[in-house]
Amino acid sequence: MVPLSYYSILGAILFSIGAMGVLLRRNAIMIFMSIELMLNAVNLTFVSFANALRSVDGQVIVFFVITVAAAEVAIGLALIVAIFRSKQTTDVDDVNLLKG
Amino acid sequence: MELIVFFILAGLAVGSALAMVTSRNMVYGVLWMVANFAMVAILFLLLNATFLAAVQVIVYAGAIMVLFLFVVMLLGPQRIPAIETIPMQRPLALLFGLLLFLALSAVLTTNRLTGQTGDVTPQALERIGNSVLVGGELFSTYLFPFELSSVLLLIAMVGAVVLAKRKL
Repeated sequence: MVPLSYYSILGAILFSIGAMGVLLRRNAIMIFMSIELMLNAVNLTFVSFANALRSVDGQVIVFFVITVAAAEVAIGLALIVAIFRSKQTTDVDDVNLLKG
Repeated sequence: MELIVFFILAGLAVGSALAMVTSRNMVYGVLWMVANFAMVAILFLLLNATFLAAVQVIVYAGAIMVLFLFVVMLLGPQRIPAIETIPMQRPLALLFGLLLFLALSAVLTTNRLTGQTGDVTPQALERIGNSVLVGGELFSTYLFPFELSSVLLLIAMVGAVVLAKRKL
């Protein structure tokens, strides 16, 4: 039996790596993948809590998170393709049309 | 035994996540991400979430990452230059990542779960099965969010088509 805190720490490590990825990378697709990593870390924490509480509600919420992530990826990648078409780049530093 | 499996999987998951964040080639990044999702799927199995483990492999590692790979290939898998565009970006990112980890682990390990325990014991899981339990909850307590998620997926589908099409 693995203690609950081990899963919590693993979730925290994966979430922090994802946040670091968002801060480190300037490429829109890599930033997007780091966000997926953070969502995944939260899913792991949800499932471990559901297991510790002997309930499946946490797993149902993870199911919804995966649904929302699928919708988010479809829209986000369509946006990245649209930006690449007009700017010829996926670097977030080069997309500054709204900068004052 | 379970602890050994957990530590091997945790090490592989953290290693593949780090490799994804630091990879210079985007295609390698996507493949590391697939490895990370597979490790998390096996961790779900350790946590008695068999249905979610299957969904994780099929939807995340399968559909979503293939979509990522497709877009990376479509836009040209160019190598990312190793220059810093913002001064002090790397040390600051590492510092803030470390601070976030310390804050998260402090909160997650010092607070104990006080919620009411449900009746999904390992014996009940053995008897009924995880998929039946998750499906039962999904179509009774969470029926309205389930219907809403279908609307969300429809909006995403229409939105993706509108955004990606050159001329409507």
